[in-house]
Amino acid sequence: MSYITVRDVSRIYPKQGGTFTALNHVSLTVDRGEFLCLLGPSGCGKSTLLSILAGFDRPTSGSAQIDGKEITAPSLRCVTIFQNYGLLPWRTVEKNVELGLESLGKAPEERRETAHAYLKLVGLERFADHYPAELSGGMQQRVAIARALAVDPDVLFMDEPFAALDAITRMKLQDEISAICREQKKTIIFVTHDIDEAIVLADRIVIMTPNPGKIKAILPVDLHGRRDRTSPDFLHIRDRVFTAFALKPEDKTEYYI
Amino acid sequence: MRTVKNARHLLGASLLVLAAWQALVSAGGFSEALFPSPLATLRGFYELIADGVLVRDIGASLGRFAVGYLSSILLAMVLGLVLGWYRGIWSYLNPIAQVLRPISPMAWLPFIVLFFGIGEMPALVIIFIAAFFPVLLATVAAVRGIEPVYLKVAQNFGIRQPAVLTKIVFPAVFPRIATGLHLALGTAWVFLVAGEMVGAQSGLGFLIIDARNNLRADLLMAAIITIGVLGLLLDSGITVVERAIGRRFGSRLA
Ligand SMILES: Nc1ncnc2c1ncn2[C@@H]1O[C@H](COP(=O)(O)OP(=O)(O)OP(=O)(O)O)[C@@H](O)[C@H]1O
Ligand SMILES: [Mg+2]
Repeated sequence: MSYITVRDVSRIYPKQGGTFTALNHVSLTVDRGEFLCLLGPSGCGKSTLLSILAGFDRPTSGSAQIDGKEITAPSLRCVTIFQNYGLLPWRTVEKNVELGLESLGKAPEERRETAHAYLKLVGLERFADHYPAELSGGMQQRVAIARALAVDPDVLFMDEPFAALDAITRMKLQDEISAICREQKKTIIFVTHDIDEAIVLADRIVIMTPNPGKIKAILPVDLHGRRDRTSPDFLHIRDRVFTAFALKPEDKTEYYI
Repeated sequence: MRTVKNARHLLGASLLVLAAWQALVSAGGFSEALFPSPLATLRGFYELIADGVLVRDIGASLGRFAVGYLSSILLAMVLGLVLGWYRGIWSYLNPIAQVLRPISPMAWLPFIVLFFGIGEMPALVIIFIAAFFPVLLATVAAVRGIEPVYLKVAQNFGIRQPAVLTKIVFPAVFPRIATGLHLALGTAWVFLVAGEMVGAQSGLGFLIIDARNNLRADLLMAAIITIGVLGLLLDSGITVVERAIGRRFGSRLA
């Protein structure tokens, strides 16, 4: 049985003069240890689906389960990483990383050690005593990643975590998160509207379309671990994503003889 | 460097005011008993200091101010935190607050005297009212405007009540309440003097009334200057505190 199961989930928002369907009968399964990307244009319900999986929101109908249990509330087993990092500006980098460890009732000394270990993992050990505002966006997102990993969760949810970063930093972080998560055997659900990002990261890409939000196709990405952004395989998968979104110009020429 | 520059600005402004003041005195030909010259005012200062009157009245005013202001902001912040958190209650209280807020505390004076008598209490109550609404409204707005992602993070990392309040809500709203505290300080200081004019037997407001009754314009002017300078000092003090809070609790997200 699959690890995460989404069965016939709809999310309908009330709006003046009727309702708005953000998610329309979405079904999906995710295996343990899988890296799944939700890809689609703005408004297709990626964040809505992720919120439901993370327990921040509930579906209007249908069911969403992790490990056979219905998702009803956020939990330390499944940590969400937000686009705007969600760091607490009044806490130092180290204290931010310790946040989840406090709830786990760890002793101060152990919290400090764990925080430093994960800050080292993301290359920010030297910045432990800084405040988030003193760090660049890329560094802040690294802190958020360290904070999430520090509680050793099974699942990471990421909602466009790199969207606010410049292209170079973004690619570096993509490579890092990919390596870290595969090494630590996390299950990842990663929202993006960047096609290349999805191909670099994902084991499978879930292609979503808006109005109403639904799953259009699910593409397996088989790059045999070689995530070279310029390889022919990469370009081939890119081509298939374009086709799925109907972004490739079709040959519509009509011939009159 | 900045303080040197500020000092130069302050000195320049003071000289300008002194010159204009002296010119007004020389050209206007008012009676010295009605409008004092700078020199007479300086002598008035000397008299007040020599008598110990000035120190006593400053002490009395600052004491009253501290009690009225601190009790007011404390209650306003606690109430604001609770009301901002429980939005339902605030929906009912908000209209009431909006109606009460623009009323000058002085308007309540007859009722204040009726309830609290004259003497010590009117000044306290008026300072209390003056400081209360800016802080209450700033706190409610700060709690309601709290970055939703902070609360999501708290939920995700298993932080439950009451820790959410101490670990997330309070630090998150602090920088924005600080602005309300600053505003309230200025407003309350303005009303201190008015409050002390109602039967208080000490304080800068009393000094003003007393000087007026004795036709001592020089002492009146000295009291006015004292009030202004103290207001400036209080304002500078809270600006420093506000900056420190801003640095420590960082109001920006990204
Ligand atoms: N709380 C809400 N109330 C009403 N409508 C909402 C709410 N949240 C989301 N929606 C609507 O649902 C649709 C899907 O939103 P969602 O945030 O899931 O999109 P998304 O795919 O994440 O888009 P983006 O790439 O812009 O983040 C949008 O049209 C949005 O306006
Ligand atoms: Mg979104």
